[in-house]
Amino acid sequence: MKKAKKSHLSEDSLLGLEQKREGWEKGELKEFLDRSGEREESFRTVSGLEVKRLYDPTDVDQLDPAEDLGYPGSYPFVRGAYPTMYRGRFWTRRQIAGFGTAKSTNERYRFLLGHGQTGISTDFDHPTLTGYDSDHPLAEGEVGRLGVAIDSVNDMQELFSGIPLDKVSVSLTINHPAIILLSMLLSVAEADGVSWGDLRGTVQNDSLKEFHGQKTFALPPRPSLKLTTDVVEFCTRHVPNWYTISISGYHTREAGSDAVQELAFTLAQGMAYVESALERGLEVDEFAPRFSFFFGCHSDFFEEVAKFRAARRLWARIMKERYGAKRPESMRLRYHTQTLGSTLMREDPKNNIVRGALQGLAAVLGGTQSLHISGYDEAYDIPSEDAMKMSLASQLIIAHESGVTNTVDPIAGSYFLDSLTQTIEERVWEYLNKIEELGGGAQKGGKPKSVLWGMLHAIETGYIEQEISNAAYEYQRRVESSDYVVVGVNQYRSEQTQPLEIFEYDTREEDRQLERLSELRRERDNSRVQKLLDETKKAAEADENLMPSILAAVGAGASEGEIMDALRDIYGSYRDPGVF
Amino acid sequence: MTEQAKPVKVLLAKVGLDGHDRGVKLIARAMKDAGMEVLYLGMRLTPQEIAWAALQEDVDVVGISILSGAHMRLIPKLVQALDKHGHGDAILLVGGTIPDQDVQPLLDMGVGAVFPVGTFTSTIVEYVQSAARSQHG
Repeated sequence: MKKAKKSHLSEDSLLGLEQKREGWEKGELKEFLDRSGEREESFRTVSGLEVKRLYDPTDVDQLDPAEDLGYPGSYPFVRGAYPTMYRGRFWTRRQIAGFGTAKSTNERYRFLLGHGQTGISTDFDHPTLTGYDSDHPLAEGEVGRLGVAIDSVNDMQELFSGIPLDKVSVSLTINHPAIILLSMLLSVAEADGVSWGDLRGTVQNDSLKEFHGQKTFALPPRPSLKLTTDVVEFCTRHVPNWYTISISGYHTREAGSDAVQELAFTLAQGMAYVESALERGLEVDEFAPRFSFFFGCHSDFFEEVAKFRAARRLWARIMKERYGAKRPESMRLRYHTQTLGSTLMREDPKNNIVRGALQGLAAVLGGTQSLHISGYDEAYDIPSEDAMKMSLASQLIIAHESGVTNTVDPIAGSYFLDSLTQTIEERVWEYLNKIEELGGGAQKGGKPKSVLWGMLHAIETGYIEQEISNAAYEYQRRVESSDYVVVGVNQYRSEQTQPLEIFEYDTREEDRQLERLSELRRERDNSRVQKLLDETKKAAEADENLMPSILAAVGAGASEGEIMDALRDIYGSYRDPGVF
Repeated sequence: MTEQAKPVKVLLAKVGLDGHDRGVKLIARAMKDAGMEVLYLGMRLTPQEIAWAALQEDVDVVGISILSGAHMRLIPKLVQALDKHGHGDAILLVGGTIPDQDVQPLLDMGVGAVFPVGTFTSTIVEYVQSAARSQHG
């Protein structure tokens, strides 16, 4: 895909630069190095990319400022997704929250909205994420523990009670059961008199990353991809302002990938969803504008900014050149950022406030559309209110005090940044080509190679997981050998760590949720629920879009676990292969 | 014990629905690199399933990864199940998001050591090697 390009510098200026550099290398630099060497033999980013001593215009002279950078809000969107960026409005401050029952989480939402938050993001507990009801034996001890417990439409109603769904945008961080949870939300909107067309928000619905990233899968890869595509198809027709997938690299990075892998696998997931929707007969410009992205942000400042810029250029080119998109909205990559929980250390937890602020700044200079800065206490438990207040304050300080929001794309023009962006882009292409190759052998009947098939094959053979495991192990080795310094952990350790007041989980929440669930089962029309569950199964067997039948089941009070059980009956479940 | 001792046999698993498996996989690899025999069972397992596998495989060490916060509910059940299956002498390790105040209660119920998130794999490997040595006397 890479074209050989000419330098955009004139021969005279190239020659002048070369002479200057040679003089500097033999003169000032050499003298200095002879007196005192450098800290390391070689320097690398946190992802292991080489970092040179110095970058100058000759490192980026093949980059065409017009074609490869362009202007904000226009192709290839490197300088920003929108023309005015933060001069127009700030990013959405969206701290994720969820714990206990819907009632408790609703209280936290109101607290956050009262402290400067402008959007809502819902963290679900593990039973909800994996499609089990709160009374399932595997759910024991995890109900409402790391997220909110949602079993039925009644819980969803309570979760957003008093929050205007047509005004506050809502993000549902749910994947394999996305079709069920979104159906619940649509039912709630209907009951509240909010038309589906006015609903704003996102459902994560990124089924493929579950197998190597978040690991909260419920179904095997292919059926889960079918459900993702059902949501895309249904929303394209009926919920037009909804973001149908939040294509996620965050969890992949948390699983230990490096920055290149995070971007490569995320884009490959995105390409698989595009190809899957095209196979359904949708037009690319109908659905692609409603895809959004979600990335993590690590501590290597320039690498992260470069990653975000590379992401925009890559996606724009992929959508235009490969899938023939015509509308700019289809090519414009918009993303949410969450600073990475795995960079938060247990030692000297208040240091994490600084880490979060720097990572947040990288996300903003990268051009994020919304941001969550992780809580400084997250190595201990889910964040306390105090930690979330600090995170929001960091966001507000970046927005109002740092000055970086007053001009569009203030970091542009760094030779290092542009060079790193190109390197990341090249490495990502290598992965994308490899994944596409893998798909070649997996398809029968001489069909052309595709990233969709490549991704399925790469997931099913454990290729992606193995690549991530290797990177995670390499990073761990660097930390344990102090090759990569983590302050307070492998160097500069304090004797005493400050005590923290961490979040206290109310253990009675599980009982409350179990009571709500048994009340639901007592009060609903059980034979009607059974009939609708059977219809969902029939629709699955007939390979129809499952959204209408699931909407009906949810409306009658079918629980999440019951619907997912019906789907597991048809599609089977998935067992983690345990690749390490 | 001779110098050609059998390698330490370790069973690693995640209990409950928790999907955070980065740490346990790193530990599995570090233990394997250190010459131990490692069985990684994967995730979504009940305490009973883990205890049963520990017995079947006759392992020296059982390592549980748990970042879901459910450790005070699930680890007692695992201890009980290991005892019931007559495998209570295996060294039980627990790693994950474990708040400080839960460490002592876990040790009191029979857990050999608790390794909070961020513990170096080398620390865990050294612990297992020395614990296995003293167990075999």
